[in-house]
Amino acid sequence: MLYFPRWLVTVIIAVCAIGVFLALPNAVPERALSTLPSWLPHNQLNLGLDLRGGSYLLLEVDMAAVVQERLENIVDSMRSEMRAAQIGYTGLAASGGEVHFTLTDPRNADRVHEMAAKVDPETDISIDPDGHVSIKFNSLALEARRRSAVDQSIEIVRRRIDESGTKEPTIQREGEDRILVQLPGVGNPEHIKELLGRTAKMTFQLVDENASPQDAERGRVPPGDVLLPMEDDRANGGRGGPAGEILVKRRIMVSGDTLTDAQPTFQNGNEPVVSFKFDSTGARRFGDATRENVGKRFAIVLDNKVISAPVIREPILGGQGIISGSFTVQSASDLALLLRAGALPAPLTILEQRTVGPDLGADSIREGTTASVVAVILVVIFMLVFYGLFGIFANIALFFNLCLMFATLTLLDATLTLPGIAGIALTLGMAVDANVLIYERIREEVRGGRSLISSLQAGFERAFGTILDSHVTTLVAGALMFFLGSGPVKGFAVTLSIGVLTSLFSAILVTRLQIVTWLRRTKPKEIPI
Amino acid sequence: MLRPLIVIRHIPNLNFMGWHRIGFALSLVMTVGSILLFLVQGLNYGIDFAGGTLIEARTLQGPADLATMRATLDKLGLGEVALQNFGSANEVLIRLPRQPGDDKAQMAGVDKIKAALGNSVDYRRTEVVGPTVGNELIRAGVIATVLALLAIAAYVWFRFEWPFGVGAMLSTLHDTLTTIGLFALLQIEFNLTTLAAILTIAGYSINDTVVIYDRVRESMRRHRSMEFGELINRSLNETLSRTILTVSTVALAVLSLLIFGGEVLRGFSIAMLWGVVVGTYSSLFIAAPMLYYIRPKRGGRAKDEEPAAAKPAPRTTARQAARSTR
Repeated sequence: MLYFPRWLVTVIIAVCAIGVFLALPNAVPERALSTLPSWLPHNQLNLGLDLRGGSYLLLEVDMAAVVQERLENIVDSMRSEMRAAQIGYTGLAASGGEVHFTLTDPRNADRVHEMAAKVDPETDISIDPDGHVSIKFNSLALEARRRSAVDQSIEIVRRRIDESGTKEPTIQREGEDRILVQLPGVGNPEHIKELLGRTAKMTFQLVDENASPQDAERGRVPPGDVLLPMEDDRANGGRGGPAGEILVKRRIMVSGDTLTDAQPTFQNGNEPVVSFKFDSTGARRFGDATRENVGKRFAIVLDNKVISAPVIREPILGGQGIISGSFTVQSASDLALLLRAGALPAPLTILEQRTVGPDLGADSIREGTTASVVAVILVVIFMLVFYGLFGIFANIALFFNLCLMFATLTLLDATLTLPGIAGIALTLGMAVDANVLIYERIREEVRGGRSLISSLQAGFERAFGTILDSHVTTLVAGALMFFLGSGPVKGFAVTLSIGVLTSLFSAILVTRLQIVTWLRRTKPKEIPI
Repeated sequence: MLRPLIVIRHIPNLNFMGWHRIGFALSLVMTVGSILLFLVQGLNYGIDFAGGTLIEARTLQGPADLATMRATLDKLGLGEVALQNFGSANEVLIRLPRQPGDDKAQMAGVDKIKAALGNSVDYRRTEVVGPTVGNELIRAGVIATVLALLAIAAYVWFRFEWPFGVGAMLSTLHDTLTTIGLFALLQIEFNLTTLAAILTIAGYSINDTVVIYDRVRESMRRHRSMEFGELINRSLNETLSRTILTVSTVALAVLSLLIFGGEVLRGFSIAMLWGVVVGTYSSLFIAAPMLYYIRPKRGGRAKDEEPAAAKPAPRTTARQAARSTR
């Protein structure tokens, strides 16, 4: 136990040296970092949002909304198909994750089955002998949809945030259908929340001018139509439905996903508008639709609200256009941004928001650092008082432990949070526990009449099992916190676990190496503890 | 040569086993009391678990006028808005109960408050947790705590024998339950960092127990004929100095966190401090004496016999032990 092979000595010294080397940049203030010589590492620990200030948003992709929307499409299609085929039914509706209705004549079951399979091939259709029909989504297809919806949402969220000019955002998937957005330095995320809170699904649909909106409001919406609220009265053009509602044909002329560009601009000098450009498919469709419907009105629908409903004066063939509404400069530029970034496949719900201002972050760093420094000083004095020279050995090991912790955290690219700093302070107190166990055992062996060398030997040997046991239990707790905890708890779990591991190395090997070297150099007659 | 200033030279001879009944009774009262407090009074859950909104604001000019702010915010119809000073007179902590409705309703609450207070304050921290996340965090927290207790018991069982595992689990359970009881009694906010503290306590408070159990096991091999209660008592006395010293170093670190670590870490530090103290107490008065009742097997069939343990007992300690039996 007291014999150190040369390679082990080399390894211990090398590890300590690398630890100090990698931890060094953390001791330098950020702005002074560039003055360090180039051969030194420059990587500092990442600070968590609670320390540097910023916003953390947890979003959920609302799949239920997507499913419901598709089910309602099925309802519409089935209604018109069955009407065309003159099949009688009752109670056609979409609810509880399925479309259900009852056939007046169960003998039509086969025809309806075929019809439904054609309307949406990704469904499971069941019809019982009484004529009760239920159409559900195939679970595999639904799962695939969910995955692609989340992937797509992440992409759109990233584009929207990038376009908004936020620096260094982190956008990542969390669990099955969640997206974690971290925005360092953003102290007021309201604008970004607003941008992410909109699906921005834009469509161009014809206005139904044959039916009266008054009838529609009384609940008699003609089949194939939908009553939509107007975004603003001014966009109403003074005609159409009162109370800001307008009857629009469900059939989509052109959808917003064929847009290639959108920019905020001005019309008539000072009215903010959004100009847009279609791709070739969109331009052709838009051209055809406008040519066939000259003189009629079409609605520009954004997230189920009509922004404006202009009259088509002439076919629009160039694939370009302008959306005017009651925009402000800000809302025009937001809409342009949203259209450029694309529509979200599903609405996003904000589940959790945490924002820390830069002042509080700086305060937290200061308080956390003060607490840790005081903790170190107290522990160092304590060890000195109770163990003298051996306490110095323990304190030197503690220093290397601290360096190794920072080095490991930097290497792992871990993020330091305020609870993480608490974890560091705590592990400093725990790290010397191993020394205490070893030294107490040595003392006991000395008291028991053993020789100097054999006491040291027995001290290290016997204390090892105990040290291991106590460290493993703390690691177990740390691992559970890491896997089950969220944000701040994870940060604590990481520093705690790393601290426990590095303290095993430093308290056992680094302390032992110092004691062995001291033995060789001074050949003491007794142990000063 | 640099000698230590303070040396604990003599092995104490305290009669821990004589006090164990009082210890058991006290712990039973504390544990049952904690459970009752938890059930009756409940915990003051922070927004991490309860959901809701927390805004830490600092006024730009002069101390915060809580009454005016309260009047402004009460008009919003957001339920019982709680206001309190936080740290300094300029800082106010605004707490909004969980809004009825879904996750969206929570976000709407913040927007209303920010609109009402406008630019008169600087928002230092805003936290909004919807009901979905809150419920998940509670579940994850309970799972983590239960798993930690089981995992620690399993590890001690694996390293020792089953009675040690049972003793370790019960004393750890005692430590975690009384910590929860303390939070229920004092109504200190119970949040995610408090939970982290409880899990850390579960992992750390076992350390003294392991040190003592190690010694009990060693003594069982060494003194085969010694009366078991006597053996436990001796093991406790022999390891007392390291129990106190190891706890002291951690307590020093926790104390400096409590004093200098700021408001955000306060709950964490209080839980840790209690856990460290009660963990030591339970190692001495619960975990060790409990072995007397659920006796591990004695004799040479110990799981991992170390050859070093076969050496005869040091004379001084043996003499002391003999003295203490009389």
